[in-house]
Amino acid sequence: MISEQAKQRMRDLASRYPVARSAVMPALYIAQQEEGYLTQEGLQAVAEAIGMTVNDVESVATFYTMYYQQPQGRKQIKVCNSISCYLRGCDKLVEQLEQRLGIKPGETTPDGNYTLRTVECLASCGTAPVLQVNDEFVENVTPDMLDALIDKWDREL
Amino acid sequence: MPELIVTKDIDAPGLDTLEGYRQHGGYEALEKALKEYQPDELVELVKKSGLRGRGGAGFPTGMKWSFLAKNDKTRYLCCNCDESEPGTFKDRMLMEKNPHQLVEGVILCSYACRVSVAFIYVRGELAYAARQVQRAIEEAYAAGYIGKNIMGSGFDLDVIMHRGAGAYICGEESALMESLEGRRGYPRLKPPFPAAIGLYGGPTVINNCETLSTLPAIVRNGADWYASFGTEKSKGTRVFCLSGQVKKPGNYELPLGTPLRTLIYDEQYGGGILDDKPLKAIIPGGSSTPMLGPDKLDTPLDFEGIAAAGSMLGSGGVVVISEDTCIVDAVLRMTDFYRDESCGKCTPCREGTFWLTEILHRLEHGEGREKDIDLLLDICDNISGKSFCPLGDAATSPIVSSIKLFRDEYEYHVREKRCMVERASTHKVPLHAGEV
Repeated sequence: MISEQAKQRMRDLASRYPVARSAVMPALYIAQQEEGYLTQEGLQAVAEAIGMTVNDVESVATFYTMYYQQPQGRKQIKVCNSISCYLRGCDKLVEQLEQRLGIKPGETTPDGNYTLRTVECLASCGTAPVLQVNDEFVENVTPDMLDALIDKWDREL
Repeated sequence: MPELIVTKDIDAPGLDTLEGYRQHGGYEALEKALKEYQPDELVELVKKSGLRGRGGAGFPTGMKWSFLAKNDKTRYLCCNCDESEPGTFKDRMLMEKNPHQLVEGVILCSYACRVSVAFIYVRGELAYAARQVQRAIEEAYAAGYIGKNIMGSGFDLDVIMHRGAGAYICGEESALMESLEGRRGYPRLKPPFPAAIGLYGGPTVINNCETLSTLPAIVRNGADWYASFGTEKSKGTRVFCLSGQVKKPGNYELPLGTPLRTLIYDEQYGGGILDDKPLKAIIPGGSSTPMLGPDKLDTPLDFEGIAAAGSMLGSGGVVVISEDTCIVDAVLRMTDFYRDESCGKCTPCREGTFWLTEILHRLEHGEGREKDIDLLLDICDNISGKSFCPLGDAATSPIVSSIKLFRDEYEYHVREKRCMVERASTHKVPLHAGEV
């Protein structure tokens, strides 16, 4: 369900930019925030607010990896696996997460608690290895720290 | 410790607020520019300072500004904060810790270039940086540094923070404009260059976050002061992002021309290789730049020095690789990145990066063939220079340079069906094909 307030924010964005179409990306973020991922209704709301066709909106949305086409876990774990994190042992962290959460990268736990992803360089190479939980950074991650973190997330859920 | 320019006071408490930034001389440069300089004089000042782009290409900033088409169309500025080059993490720090410095730089550039709408394109994954930049913009509007008739000068400017959503390609300037226009981030054919026909068809200046963050200091202290740092052709300082197998990774601002050895081994900076292992290779400017061997340690970190050594200064991301690392596996990891991030528009890059990873994968896992090494080079040759944007070219850098430096290691993989490097802790897959 996309709230009237969210639709209004999308329309405001469309008039904030020199060309309404430029507001499609921030409007997609709003739609995603409302429902956790992009539903048909979300795409429809963006299309109406911006003045684009639904297909056109969808073609933009599917280009960018941060717009989700499927429901996501309550905790979204993104582990950087690019070169600097690789050199600092990120693969071990991914293995550890796979084991503890019982899912592979790209999957969501059946209870909807966790989604695990490996992602490209997160601009945190000086504090590698790093991961993000719901877009917030956790840096200089060690295996012990990760175990404690998973326990903490479990308690929060 | 050499003088810091762009990271000066970076850890001062409250620097990220308007009040804190003002206490450290914030917005004095803007006031000075609006009172004492005509826009064209500001362009001349930046030309004289010798400042070159800090995003990757190193193009002289003032000269770039002077190329803007002279017509009556609305001019735009895109500040490129889509930091995604593997090994680079300076712009994130500048946005998170000193967002007002960036905003002041954006206003200065907009004034110099007669821009009326400026965009700060922040990488989607950097949510906190985006919030910091957004708050700084709002504070600057409230203080009258952005908006109509800024500080009584008659200059009007609108600044919009725009978040990306996960696409490395949008760091490429023409893809960034496509993304800002609300499309898929496919690069445009050049020419026309953005200075002639850019965002919404208007003359557009595109500068990196660190480049613009440097402007307030240049305006405050003068072009000669800035040009007194660095070398004759590479003026000023640069934030080098040191990462990988080094004892003290981090961002270090140093004058251009500082030797690689100082950055990596000096106790004040990198402090040497992790576990005191021998150095194997250095990537000097982000993963898109060719790697160098330990014999290049005395190369000065400036545009000319690194170019003469056979690589590029790029984004300033210095990645250190020790003898502990299998070079084929490391190159596979870097190539995976380009395969995943290729936008798919141009066939050589889309198909080429796919096949490069397939071949590297079989080499790494003991299934390689003798001819695979030359096949890799052949594919690289078929990608390089054959696509709209430099992403494909970038993908070839780690491969071509590593085969040049470590061909024996590739051959060892083919012959012995395993890595030369004993340690296998980072490998997910067994080293011997058929093992387990």
